[in-house]
Amino acid sequence: MGAASDVVLAVDEAPNPWFDPSYVSDNWDTIVGHLREHVWLTVAAVAIGAAIALPLALLARRGRWLAGPVLALSTVVYTIPSLAMFAFVFPLTGLSATTVLVGLTAYSLVILVRNFLAGLQGVPADVREAARGMGMGPLQLFLRVDLPLALPAFMAGLRIATVSTVALTTVGVLVGHGGLGQLITGGLNANEYRAEIVTGAVGCVLLALVADLLLAGIERLLTPWARAARS
Amino acid sequence: MNDFERAITYLNDPFNWTRRNGILDLLAEHVAVSAVAVAAAMVIALPIGAALGSARRGSGVVVVVSNVSRAIPTLALLTLFAVSPIGFGNRATAIALAVFAIPPILTNTFVGFRGVDAEVREAARAMGMSRGQVLRRVDVPLAAPLVLTGIRTATVQVVATATLAALVGGGGLGRLINLGFGQRDYGVMIAGAILVAALALLTELALVVLSWAVTPGQRRLPFRRVPRTDAAVGRPEPTASGIPL
Repeated sequence: MGAASDVVLAVDEAPNPWFDPSYVSDNWDTIVGHLREHVWLTVAAVAIGAAIALPLALLARRGRWLAGPVLALSTVVYTIPSLAMFAFVFPLTGLSATTVLVGLTAYSLVILVRNFLAGLQGVPADVREAARGMGMGPLQLFLRVDLPLALPAFMAGLRIATVSTVALTTVGVLVGHGGLGQLITGGLNANEYRAEIVTGAVGCVLLALVADLLLAGIERLLTPWARAARS
Repeated sequence: MNDFERAITYLNDPFNWTRRNGILDLLAEHVAVSAVAVAAAMVIALPIGAALGSARRGSGVVVVVSNVSRAIPTLALLTLFAVSPIGFGNRATAIALAVFAIPPILTNTFVGFRGVDAEVREAARAMGMSRGQVLRRVDVPLAAPLVLTGIRTATVQVVATATLAALVGGGGLGRLINLGFGQRDYGVMIAGAILVAALALLTELALVVLSWAVTPGQRRLPFRRVPRTDAAVGRPEPTASGIPL
């Protein structure tokens, strides 16, 4: 960019490259620290979200009277902007990572409950009836019929929730716990230090990509029958 | 008095609404930036989605675009545009938001136009309709529900994410949240959060009603989007409700 203009003052054009490997190597420990927080927040938010979403989805499947409100409420929560969500949680939990975790859990929860419900509703009623006729109890029915049949939808939900949560964690910079997002605002505040901003941004995208691939791999391992059908 | 009561007090003071850079000014800025972003995204995504969908080609590209965009944090793009030659301000915000509004519109338009039955189109041609007439009177009405869903998803998302502009020195209602937080005036912060959440919910509601009003054929309010059981279960839904917020 600097090369484009003819007259360049040294003061104006202090080098501010978009990519700078030396930034990454010099600040490796800081980056890894933020990365660790990012991963921790994402994993915890998705795990807690899933733990709440599964019973909710199971309940919602039992009757439309419950499915309606659950889906309506999830739409409302989903619509609330993340910054507002963190602001709402802040008076309760203060300047801690918990504030971010609660907000992220709310979002992952509403994404997961939709996909879990879709997966459960996709299990054919006659298959469940046959299983019940074979003498399966509720737990067996869930573990051996519902879970395998709904697994692809469950995993799709987990992948969407994980990737979204990785991106959303950055908004946690409001309370100083944004994982790699700290690098983005940190670079912005450090006189627009581009290398730091780009490192944070690229780190987020890479993390989302790795998480998605990891979950895709797990899905492949868990559904060997789908692989057989595909080939 | 806790922060929530302080927020209500703040919102009840008319001066906080009408003064310069008050709520009304911020609201106007918020809405204007959002409208520009959605309009720009529509100009780009609608023709491409319609063309690809009608030709039934490029589904791989559309899926990749929508998945990749989900992985990019809005904050990152807002910051990157702000420190690029575009510079700080509403222009950078609008461009960043438009980038994120494209995938939902593109995906839904693509799926909508791809779903138009080829035989219906053929029948329309056989009845003597020109290509333009087929597009206007067959393709568009049949694809309309999904296209409108895409626009609604994108708009709500843009209105919601426009809040984040405040974190990179931009305007809009998010400013109240950031200012209130920075000045430890948590009542203002909560007031901002309430306003932003209300604006996003009202946008959703208004667009649901609007799309219900302009959708031809069966009138079904999309409030309860209960997943259809006969849909291809297990695939990430192509019309996934966009990227969060």
